[in-house]
Formats: sequence, C-alpha cells, structure tokens
Amino acid sequence: MQDLSEIRRRLRHEQQQLNIRRYLRNRQAVIGSVIVLIMLFIAVFAPLLAPADPLAQTVTNRFAKPGTAGYLLGADKLGRDILSRILYGARVSMIVGVSSSLISMLFGMIIGLCACYYKPLDNILMRICDGLSAIPSILLAIALMAVLGQSLFNVILALSIVYIPRMARIARSAALVVKEQTYIEALQSQGASAARIIWRHIAPNILPAVVVQASFNFADAIITEASLSFLGVGVPAPQPSWGNILAEGREVITKAWWMVVYPGIATALAVMGTNILGDGLRDILDPHTN
Amino acid sequence: MVRYTLKRLLSLIPVLFVVSLAIFLLIHLIPGDPASAILGEEATPEQIAALREKLGFNDPLPVQYLRWVGGLFRGNWGTSLFMDGTMLQIIGSHMIPTLQQTLVAVGFATLVGVPLGMLAAIRHGSPADRVISAFSTAGISLPSFLMGLCLVLLISVKLRWLPSSGYKSIADFGWATHIRYMILPGIALGFIEMGLIIRMTRSSMLEILSADYIRMAKAKGVSPWRMFFLHAFRNALIGILTVVGLSFISCLGGATVTETIFNIPGLGKLTLNAVMRRDYEVVQAVVLLVSLLNVLCTLLLDLLYALVDPRVRLN
Repeated sequence: MQDLSEIRRRLRHEQQQLNIRRYLRNRQAVIGSVIVLIMLFIAVFAPLLAPADPLAQTVTNRFAKPGTAGYLLGADKLGRDILSRILYGARVSMIVGVSSSLISMLFGMIIGLCACYYKPLDNILMRICDGLSAIPSILLAIALMAVLGQSLFNVILALSIVYIPRMARIARSAALVVKEQTYIEALQSQGASAARIIWRHIAPNILPAVVVQASFNFADAIITEASLSFLGVGVPAPQPSWGNILAEGREVITKAWWMVVYPGIATALAVMGTNILGDGLRDILDPHTN
Repeated sequence: MVRYTLKRLLSLIPVLFVVSLAIFLLIHLIPGDPASAILGEEATPEQIAALREKLGFNDPLPVQYLRWVGGLFRGNWGTSLFMDGTMLQIIGSHMIPTLQQTLVAVGFATLVGVPLGMLAAIRHGSPADRVISAFSTAGISLPSFLMGLCLVLLISVKLRWLPSSGYKSIADFGWATHIRYMILPGIALGFIEMGLIIRMTRSSMLEILSADYIRMAKAKGVSPWRMFFLHAFRNALIGILTVVGLSFISCLGGATVTETIFNIPGLGKLTLNAVMRRDYEVVQAVVLLVSLLNVLCTLLLDLLYALVDPRVRLN
C-alpha cells in the first residue's frame, strides 16, 4: 500500500518537474508572465510607487511638460501627475482583468460542465450562450453599463456577462471530449455519482483549455475596460483609469502629447503581455488547438 | 444543400429569441423605475406616471415583450425621445458612415493581412516570419482607440497629411475628400483585424503546407510558386474568408470607439449619445439590429462554407 502512494507521489513530482521545464523552455510564456507580474506588482503597490497623489490638483502646474520637477511624465489639465495616475490606473485594469476573467471562468465552467453532463440542459444553455454571444461585445458592455450605472464593480459585472457564454462554450466542448474517455465510463460503472465525476474527474481535465481562454479574456478585458472608460461609460471620472486619462488627453492632443503617449504605452504593454502569455500557455497546455 | 440551409435557418429561431429577450430585459433590468431613470432626478411623479403609461410599463412583462416583438415585425422599432423620424430612418441614416468605415477597415486588414500571413507561412521559421508574427501580436494588442490616437498624433498633428477628424459624405464632397477622411478611422478600426487575419492566414497555410497532397505535389516536382498559390492558397482560402467575414462583423460592432475619436456620425456614435441621454429605445434598436446583422452574416458564412466544402453539410 505504501509503495503505491510512494509511486504516485513520485509520478506527480516528475509531472511537476516536466511542466516547469516546459514552461521555462517556452519563451513566450516566460516573457508574458514577467510583464503580467510587473503589472500586478504595480497595481498592488501603486500607493508606494506613485510619487504623488493621483487626485491632487496643482493649478499652477497645469500641462507641466514631462521632466518638470516632480512630474516625470508631465501633468494634465488640472496639474495632476500623469505617472501617478498611470500607476493607479494599472489597479483598475488589473482588478477588472483578474476579476472578470476569474468570474467568467468559474461560471463558464459550471455552465459548460452542466451542459455536457445533463443532456436536457445542454440545448437550453447553449442556445442562451449562442444568443448572448451574437450581441457584439462592446455594444453589450456599453448597453449594460448604461443600465447598471458607472462604477468599477459594474464594469466587472458587465464584462463577466460578456465573457461567460464564450467560456461556457469552450468548457463544454473540452468536457465533451473528456467525457468520452474510458476512465469516465469506468467510474460510471463503479457507481460514482455524477457530481463526483464532473467535479473530481472532468473539471481538472478541462482546466488547460479554460485557463488559456481566461488569459485571452484577461487581455480583452483590459482593452474593453479602457475603451469603456475612454468613451465615458466605464470607471467614473476622478478615479484614474488608462481609458479616461486617454480620453482627457484626446481633447488636448495637439498640446499635451504626453497625456496620450504614456498611458497608451501602458495599455499596449499590458495587453501585449497578457496576449503573449496566452499564446505561451496555449502552446504548453493545449498544443493541438494551435 | 437545401436541407442544410433549411436546418440552419431553423436553428436561427432560438438564437434570435434569446437575443431579443436579452435586449428587452436589459431595459427592464434598470434598478428602480426605468421611467424615472429616463426623466432624471427633477421629474415630478405625474410626469413619471405619464411616461410609464406612454411606454406601456404598466403592463405585465410578457405582454410588453410580445408587443415589442410584434412591432419589430411591422417595422415599428420604437421611437427616439430626442430625434424625429421612425427608428428605422434614424438607424438607416447613421448606418451609412459605419458601413463605409467598416469597408475601409476590412479592406485594409485583408489587403495587408493576407499577403503578410502568406509570406510568413512561405518563409516559415525565417526572420521575416518572426517579424511578421511579432507585428501581428502587436496588432492584436493595439486597441482601436489607441491606434486611432497614435495615427492622429503622427499623421494629422505631426505630419499634417490627413485630417484628424470629421465625416464628409460622398454625395456632398465627392469621393476624394470622402476617402481622405476615412483612411485614418478605417486603419484604426481594422488594425486588430489585420493582426487576426495575419495569424489565421499563416496558421491555415502552414497546416495545409504540411498536408500529404502538398508533399505529393512537391515530390512530383511542382514549382514552389505553383504549389503555394494553386495548391495551398486555394484550400486556405476557406479559413481566410471566414476570418475576413468575422472581422466585418466585429468592425461593425466595434466602430463605436473610432467614431468617437474621429467624430463620425455613425451607429456607434448614435448608441453612445443615446446611452448618455438615456434614450433607451434607440440603444435597444441599434443593439438588436447589429446583433441581427451579426447572426445573418454568420449564417451566410456558414452557407458559403458548406457550398465550398461539402464535408461541412454532412455534420
């Protein structure tokens, strides 16, 4: 008996080693996760990193050029420090990205697994997903924001609603493949309960596909949050988000280029980092879909 | 083919039902009373009661839904609180700039994306392939509002080559001016799609280039160019057409952002203004229409697909 558990432990250890090696050998995954980790670090420690209060207005320093004392990346029309605003803006992007991709992953998996295992539910759930994903995502998000009202929480809610149908679809099709495996049949013949089969045996095996999709949702969430805030229906005004810094910059684009260029670089870097991470994860976890 | 078409048409019914129900519920989800949300904080209770009556909010929800759907079939898509004319007229006049912009965007994305994707596949593993792949990743990571702002900053403000915003219709200003005003918004809107098209073209070409019949053709001594264009590209075309079709749909929905940056009076701008002014019936109508177009485009693509590739029909 002890031998068996010893072997099992060894096997698991070896599998872990193999996964770590595969990860380290994948340049995309490493670069992408470094960028994402830096962004998360900035988001968590923004109060310590920011040189100034992102909301503090100094009217005498309106439109201070980058490099002016105390304004490394310049100031906006109210004399607020752009660098501090960008660092705090990372908070909004990361909170929205992480929460909406996790929430949609959780609910998407629940829906996808239920659809896969309970046949009568399958048709109903998938038609609902089809219908919801037929509505263009940015329009659905705008409409939801119009109805829910502007707040950080509502941005997360709106984006989760946009991503859940896609996630459910991915989870379902991955689960259908797993369900056909012999070991699931073996479990059924042993009398394992449906809930146990779904959560202990199918769910872990669809994680790779789901995680890859979640990383792309993360990138999309950063873009969509910034777009919503840029359009003035996302995170409300005094709170800095990359989208609303850019929106303010757009009005003064001819005289204050730094209000567009720096938050723009931050957004592009964050999205690129998550996209590269997603590509890398797909190569590692889910090679045949590429 | 007829059976397949009928089957696909039937399968649209539940999708359209869900779409319409979701959009209908959206307005009825407004926390509190939609009528008072529309009228704002200063409205008197009498005004709110009058609007509730006018919009039919006093009836049970299923009745309201059926009335709304019935109206849709009769061409009554609702009325705007601020604009004159029927909803279909309002939407129609805003549709044209969006369609023009979408055409420029998809045209740009296809003309740049397909050749680059093919080049990357033909020179697989070379520095050119790596540069193009990095370029497509960058394309996917540049949201349209960022690309739009960059273009305005560089092309309009710095170089002064093209106008930074505005819309000039063909009828009033002629083709040349119209196109001059459409180039920047079109590129901004199409940039992400270009990235996707490069990826799709590259991966479907690579997949086909590793197929047995290509190896066979190579073994028979077919010239490389003949092999790429006659044997491989024709088969990759289906996948490429799909991604081009999908990019048309996402540009149609995504034009909101570029229309705001470039001040184009299109559907997106209409939606956004309606959202700001709480003109909910306009929001409802536009979202429904674009979703409808989306569903129809997808159907059309699937039918095309089935027409070109008989294997699809059998599944």
